[in-house]
Amino acid sequence: MNTILSLKPLLAVLTSLLAVPGIILSRSPNVREGWTFAAALAKFGIVVSMIPMVLSGVRLEYTLAEVLPGLGITFRVDAFGMLFAVVASSLWIVTSAYSIGYMRGLQEHSQTRYFCFFALALSATLGVAFAGNLFTLYLFYEALSFATYPLVTHHQDREARSSGRKYLFYILGGSIAFVLPAMLVAYHLTGTLDFTPRGFMGGIESKSTLLVLLLLFVFGFAKAGIMPMHSWLPAAMVAPTPVSALLHAVAVVKVGAFCVVRIITGVFGTDLLAAFHFDTLICVIASVTILTSSLIALTQDELKRRLAFSTIGQLSYIVLGVALLSQAGMTGGMLHIAMHAFGKITLFFCAGAIFVATGIKHISGMVGIGRRMPVTMGAFFLGSLSVIGLPPAGGFISKWHLVLGTVQAHQYAMLVVLLASSLLNAAYFLPIVYRAFFCAPGEAMFENRIAEAPVWCLAPLVVTAVGSVVLFFYPQPFLRLAALAVQTMTGGG
Amino acid sequence: MENLSPHFPALIIIVPLIAALLTSAAGWLNRRLCFHFAALGLFTSLLVSTGLLASVLDKDVILYRLGGWPAPWGILYRIDRLNGLVLVVIFFIAFLNLIANKRTVEESFPEQLGGFYALYVLFVTGLSGMVATGDAFNLYVLLEISSLTGYALIGIGHERAPLAGLNYLFMGTIGASLYLLGIGFLYLMTGSLNMTDIASLLPGFYGSPVMVLAFLLCMTGLFIKMALFPLHAWLPNAYSFSPSASIGVIAPLTTKVMIYVMIRMTFDVFTPDFSFKMMHLGEVMVWLAVAAIIMGSLFALAQTRLKRMLTYVIIAEVGYMVGGFWLGNRMAVTGAVLHILNDAVMTLCIFLAAGAVVYQICGDDFEDLKGLFRKMPISMAAFTVAALSLIGVPPTCGFFSKWYLISGGIAAGHYGFVVALLFSSLVNAVLFFRIIEIGYFEPFSEGEGGHGVHHGPPAMEIREAPAGMLACLLLAAVSLIVLGIYTGDIVTRIIDLAIPPAI
Repeated sequence: MNTILSLKPLLAVLTSLLAVPGIILSRSPNVREGWTFAAALAKFGIVVSMIPMVLSGVRLEYTLAEVLPGLGITFRVDAFGMLFAVVASSLWIVTSAYSIGYMRGLQEHSQTRYFCFFALALSATLGVAFAGNLFTLYLFYEALSFATYPLVTHHQDREARSSGRKYLFYILGGSIAFVLPAMLVAYHLTGTLDFTPRGFMGGIESKSTLLVLLLLFVFGFAKAGIMPMHSWLPAAMVAPTPVSALLHAVAVVKVGAFCVVRIITGVFGTDLLAAFHFDTLICVIASVTILTSSLIALTQDELKRRLAFSTIGQLSYIVLGVALLSQAGMTGGMLHIAMHAFGKITLFFCAGAIFVATGIKHISGMVGIGRRMPVTMGAFFLGSLSVIGLPPAGGFISKWHLVLGTVQAHQYAMLVVLLASSLLNAAYFLPIVYRAFFCAPGEAMFENRIAEAPVWCLAPLVVTAVGSVVLFFYPQPFLRLAALAVQTMTGGG
Repeated sequence: MENLSPHFPALIIIVPLIAALLTSAAGWLNRRLCFHFAALGLFTSLLVSTGLLASVLDKDVILYRLGGWPAPWGILYRIDRLNGLVLVVIFFIAFLNLIANKRTVEESFPEQLGGFYALYVLFVTGLSGMVATGDAFNLYVLLEISSLTGYALIGIGHERAPLAGLNYLFMGTIGASLYLLGIGFLYLMTGSLNMTDIASLLPGFYGSPVMVLAFLLCMTGLFIKMALFPLHAWLPNAYSFSPSASIGVIAPLTTKVMIYVMIRMTFDVFTPDFSFKMMHLGEVMVWLAVAAIIMGSLFALAQTRLKRMLTYVIIAEVGYMVGGFWLGNRMAVTGAVLHILNDAVMTLCIFLAAGAVVYQICGDDFEDLKGLFRKMPISMAAFTVAALSLIGVPPTCGFFSKWYLISGGIAAGHYGFVVALLFSSLVNAVLFFRIIEIGYFEPFSEGEGGHGVHHGPPAMEIREAPAGMLACLLLAAVSLIVLGIYTGDIVTRIIDLAIPPAI
């Protein structure tokens, strides 16, 4: 595998950071949003321009500074990082449009601060995606925590403060108390933190040390929402909906799952995990989270909270898939990063659109809403299909691979978990859609008159809904990246 | 300039000394000139110390005989990579803080400008002399210069400051006397006061109880001066009641310079062999440091005033460096030395931010900090950077020294120290986010309009600190990040070569 020096990963990380002064100093809101769009498009352009090279097996690398012996702030673009970067940077464009509709529709305060920290958060997200070693990963992981804090607590009321506390408690607590010492011990024992396709912990023979480190990492990256480190996510739903959409369906939570996958593949390596049978352990941890969160989701009446618990479960799909260590399972886990992102962001956009148009947050108040907002609820239906894993939505492709992966790995218990979870997903999503369109005339809570959210809200959710359908018919870009990533990680190439 | 460069080691003392005299004299003639003399003196010294650091980077060690007297009899100044670095830090911080606090000094002490600035510059002279000197007794003299001026700089403040200064004076004098006593014993044994000379004579006395006594006396004296728990009691009052201009230079430098002196004494006078291997003190000292870290953090949690809280954070930070140093392995000592540099700049930044807040809001009670992010957005941004550095978030420099310290703890298998450091990071996160929360959320908005539409908390007028203060604050904040990114260079090019190979 060739590695070439390239500034592109650094540029991709920096573009949104460089837009921050522009965003702050803009006089008119339109100019300010212009900066956001310019940065989002530039970022996406740079990311996409690297795809052909990555697919041809070249790794792009850039070291910003060597801060510790043998350890620098290093960016290295591989197929897996690329997959995540494409998802995050493409959805940022859509979310920027949605943010405008949502924030202006609700006349939110401090919009400059909002767009500014959004751009910072995206810089940090790409930093994680392109991190070449655990230290760089940690750096951007922390940066993301702090960049999203003002977004989560945007409303600056008492509820936001207590949610912000919870957010920091889990995320910062996890990273300082668990990840940092684990990382230092790993560095002490191996002398390196560079991700390698087969992991770098091979030299450690003590099973108990490995087990402790693995658990510290898996739970310490609390953004992955693995139970019991999950409860920040429902609390973080006090944030404005575009934040929940991009950050708590795509960027932040996927960063968590991404980190766990990196730990499994780039730090420990698939062989080591298989040798010590840690793969089953992670599968069990993930499946407990999957089932429990789905059951909790059933009981939630607030739409965003239901979506949040659904996200917790879906994140563990990614972890589960990769921990299966089978070809199809790992492919499915990585693909799920993309597929779930498109599906779940649609659902969040819909939740936000409903809130902007009607002010309703609770599912019990949404009976008959399909007659008033047919486009939104249609998109909601497509998004649900994707998250449940039914055709014709992209979620089917990843779930197909995941299910195939359990069979390949002979983990039939996990097969049952996945299927049960699909049923639960259907049970907590489809009634919403059904009740929105089909209800007795007296039950409907809305008059029979179409009144959708503003077009800036509506267009993005249509785009992402269509996107998740398109991904069913044309999953190749992500599929090829995932397949290539799995190939390098399991030793095919 | 060329022909002066051999005299740089003397100039770093002489220039500020003369500047102090001129400043004091200018106080009678034209009080406006005082600031300029002080600033000019410190700036020149900053340049000289930078030049010195640059030349020791290739030359290893520069020895300078004051007055041309040969070594064991005359006073020798000895600049190596380590104290070259510390000297630059001292003058950088003193100069920045001087510029930042021009306005506060003029407003607080309009009648005493000459006196204040003269004391300020003398204080810095004392510190830099202590770092540069190669003579154990000369070190005591300079220690007293910096201490006496330090007491005055604290006591010049209002309200309870004079009393706190007096308390500090009592404790500080005890500390300095213990050190002097220790040096006395060394002199009795070896008949020399020159550090290198003592070090070469001492191996003959390694078994002697007098030597052990001398070592313990010196160290205890230094521990009092650096406020190592449980000898810290003088620090919180002295620091929290003193004027912003004084505390901005005293808080970052005093404890750090004393830690440097401890390192200097153990390495260059008592030698690492004796201090680490024969005294069996390491284990005790690290546990003391653990206690300092944990108690400092807990005390800080109990405070309800910003400056007072920060003073306890300093006490915890002293524990970081003392613990790292006494772990005695290469990683940990690197961390301790790196933390001298990083913590000095962090403390400067956080105290400048606190000073800006106190200047604008006229109070530092947590109640007064409400809405601060709206009133002083730029100052609070700098405050946040310093807070992140104290918590230990990359890429700020605080993370990297903590990295080395924890690595050292792991390498030594001292998990008590590792846990203490992580605990302190978490407590710092609580401490600083509590303040950030107050500044960011409160006062809460009254009522909510529409269907849960948030129009945010009440708008507030921006009342930023004066431009000079703000510029220095931002420079300090930026240097926290720059230092972090250049950690690799600082460690490989300076610190790694400065630590004796025996460790």
